[in-house]
Amino acid sequence: MTALLSLQKVGKRFGGLQAVHDLSFDMRQGEILGLIGPNGAGKSTLFNLINGVFAPNSGNIVFNGIDITGQRPFVIARHGLARTHQIVQPFTNMTVLENCTVGACFGRENLPLMRARDAAREAIVIAGLEDRAATLALHLTIAGKKRLELARALAAQPMLLLLDEVLAGLNPAEIEHMIGVIRRIRDRGISILIIEHLMQAIMSLSDRIIVLNYGEKLAEGAPSEVARNPQVIEAYLGDPKLAEQLQGHAEQPASNGSARHV
Amino acid sequence: MDSPITPQAMETVMIRRPSVRGAAIITRPFFWLITLVVAIFIVTPAIGNNVELRESLLLAAVYITLASNLNLMLGYAGYINFGSIVFFGLGGYICVWLVNSYDWPLWLALLAAGVGVSALSFIFGIGILRLRGPFFALSTIGIVEGVQAFVQNFTPWGGSSGIYISPAVFAPLGGPARALWVVYFALVAVMGLSLYLSYAIKTSKFGLGLLAIGQNEDAAAILGVPTPRYKALAYSASAFLPAIVGGLYFFKGAFIQPSDAFDLTLSTEAIVICMLGGQGTVTGVALGAYLYEELRGYLLTSETFSHFQLVVAGALLLLIVLFFPGGLMGFIYSRFPRTQRLLE
Amino acid sequence: MLGIIASLIDGVLVGLVYGLAAMGLTLIWGVMDVINLTHGTMIVGGMFALYLLATALGMPPYLTLPPVLIGGFVVGVALYWVAVHRMIGRPPLMSLLSTFAVNLMLIGIGTGLWGTALFNVSVSLPGLSIGRYTFPGAHILAAALAALIAGLLYLFLHKTRLGKALRAVANNREAAELVGIPTTKLLAIAVGCGVALAGVSGMLIGTLFPFTVLSGDGYQLKSFVVTVLGGFGNPVGALMGGVALGLLEGAVTPFVPVSWTLVIEFALFVLVLIAFPNGIFARRGAL
Ligand SMILES: Nc1ncnc2c1ncn2[C@@H]1O[C@H](COP(=O)(O)OP(=O)(O)O)[C@@H](O)[C@H]1O
Ligand SMILES: [Mg+2]
Repeated sequence: MTALLSLQKVGKRFGGLQAVHDLSFDMRQGEILGLIGPNGAGKSTLFNLINGVFAPNSGNIVFNGIDITGQRPFVIARHGLARTHQIVQPFTNMTVLENCTVGACFGRENLPLMRARDAAREAIVIAGLEDRAATLALHLTIAGKKRLELARALAAQPMLLLLDEVLAGLNPAEIEHMIGVIRRIRDRGISILIIEHLMQAIMSLSDRIIVLNYGEKLAEGAPSEVARNPQVIEAYLGDPKLAEQLQGHAEQPASNGSARHV
Repeated sequence: MDSPITPQAMETVMIRRPSVRGAAIITRPFFWLITLVVAIFIVTPAIGNNVELRESLLLAAVYITLASNLNLMLGYAGYINFGSIVFFGLGGYICVWLVNSYDWPLWLALLAAGVGVSALSFIFGIGILRLRGPFFALSTIGIVEGVQAFVQNFTPWGGSSGIYISPAVFAPLGGPARALWVVYFALVAVMGLSLYLSYAIKTSKFGLGLLAIGQNEDAAAILGVPTPRYKALAYSASAFLPAIVGGLYFFKGAFIQPSDAFDLTLSTEAIVICMLGGQGTVTGVALGAYLYEELRGYLLTSETFSHFQLVVAGALLLLIVLFFPGGLMGFIYSRFPRTQRLLE
Repeated sequence: MLGIIASLIDGVLVGLVYGLAAMGLTLIWGVMDVINLTHGTMIVGGMFALYLLATALGMPPYLTLPPVLIGGFVVGVALYWVAVHRMIGRPPLMSLLSTFAVNLMLIGIGTGLWGTALFNVSVSLPGLSIGRYTFPGAHILAAALAALIAGLLYLFLHKTRLGKALRAVANNREAAELVGIPTTKLLAIAVGCGVALAGVSGMLIGTLFPFTVLSGDGYQLKSFVVTVLGGFGNPVGALMGGVALGLLEGAVTPFVPVSWTLVIEFALFVLVLIAFPNGIFARRGAL
């Protein structure tokens, strides 16, 4: 079986800074792949490379059998790749429904306006925003805007969804809700590549995890393996709290298994 | 909203309501509203052969056309075009030149002007629309300089002394007096087309993409909106009807020269009108154009103000930008939210 | 061949003055991300101040520099409060429109008062002869003064408390506010300085070439070209950009009709922006 997404020795530098270095990995269809790493590790940059915001300086990115290296974002979106932003980017003076209609209109299906609106409605329901459909995006709370990011990406009916810290800034109840939403999305057969700092959440959500540090892959494997990896623990030593969380997970790997069944 | 209306609040309620309804356009009330306006423009001056009213409405029609096409860029896609006058001027030149030097019939010359200028702006657009926001705006100023310099040095178009149309050209239209009516009706038709076009685009997928670009271009591209093509298309579409209006306008005047054809006052006024009526709205721009024409008529007849037309336009624009960024429609929408569903 | 070299040298002299003008534009831009569309008119303001002070009041032309500098500063601070202050934090489109609106008013008043007649301030200074070529004294002095003021600006930005605070605001307004720098006052000062620079460069250009109320458009475009050549928000780059533009004009003028110079410069503007979105000598936030 071929990979849905395959990165081959991808590199990106900003001036003197090598933000992503010789990174290779494959992602299966239907998988939730977690991406973790300290701040500034190059995770968001990697997303920007995959969906074409930046062209890589080296390497290749193949999505669904198509070489998308260096293609423009709107071309890549048509191939069925959607994302959310770490810093939310709503169309502030449009309603939630209109926001999502943009996603549906110009996404993988390239729907006409009417059908796009139906797809948008569906995505809004999945994201739990149905009572906000007619609200202007700028009147949403942070949690609402994060859900809108998700709904808008989902409305595009992507094959692969890139989620950049969708849980950041949410309170525990909102986090729980959002995790439920992500699981529901995966159940619809959409593959998910997710960046997250909340160890608890990402460990339980992901099938596999890749750890990034200084733009390089530090480790890759099942959540429990990764959490036990001494190199990973060392990379997180700059952030003792995270390291502690990681170790907490390594000691109780049982929780991972159960998390996969919704 | 019953809190005091701050500019920020105005910005939030104004404009940018892409209609996501899909029913055929002629079943919508707004379509008939436009038709009504066009009918009024046709009928009222024709009653009793009212030439004075006709001339005033003619100018209003020119303003409405220029402003509503400018609105495609400014109000929908969020790009300021300071140089929309080049569409008007170049259209005028192409039309006058074809009619005068090659004896083309007026309608064909107008079409050529529209198509030619649109094609040219599509090519320009692909280039300068790679520039974001303010840089695009700056380069549109440069385009005016560039085109003007070209025309001034282009001998087939008479360089800086321009082109005079020989009166014989009016013969096919039934002589000069009747030709003025023909030109007027043609102008009103173009105005009507502009309004329909603005409305049709606004309620289309294309319009939704443009509005998304206007709000957040990066996010729009990431969602799959083909931003370069859409922007260039909008820019090019916004050139078509103004070029035809330029053709009609200078055909009517029987004379064209660079300083009139590329007079920045007109494109400046188009910006003022867009902002006055409410950028991004179709109704507002028409309303703004009409009001501005009235105001201007008053200023020109008033001794004190006639020299200071620009000052008044500038002051008006400044006040709108500072205190009413939603323009008239923003104000109306916020006071009477229901109107938003009827008046696009 | 020698003719071209002379033309190039003269281009550099004039280019220094363009660089000074562009510094005014880029200072405002760098500090608050506002493009000042009254820039060209402020340059013309300097020209007319020179004309009025020198012809009507009989001041020696170069002595008008201090009053123009101070007057420009005052006008700039007023401009900030009228057109810029309420635009901070709103979409860039808005400040573009507000300064555009003020510009319309200024142009309207200017043409109402002076029409579009050509004005001229003659200065007689001995030129500098090298071989068969004589470089006009006015050009040399204008270039020297422009370089001097640019140097003073540099010292101001890097050696004084106020200047350092301005640079801090340019780098990160929120952070500057957090450490207690009164940003609003500083933003007003920045616009004041920017307009003062535009005015002074206008006054210097007025000693070189004749001008009308509408001359500002062309010089504004030059400032934009210089700014993209030099990198946004980078006054030192602006001076280099000015010299580059001057060289270009020097190289082009012997061969191309004057009416095309602006077009060539504009084409350069677009091409450079497309090729180097951050300017050629780009050092973002280098203020
Ligand atoms: N557009 C950019 N220009 C320059 N440097 C950037 C840019 N985007 C990110 N970087 C740098 O690349 C590194 C990786 O950033 P990022 O991918 O955002 O990290 P994270 O893993 O926290 O998402 C950081 O050092 C950041 O400063
Ligand atoms: Mg990140």
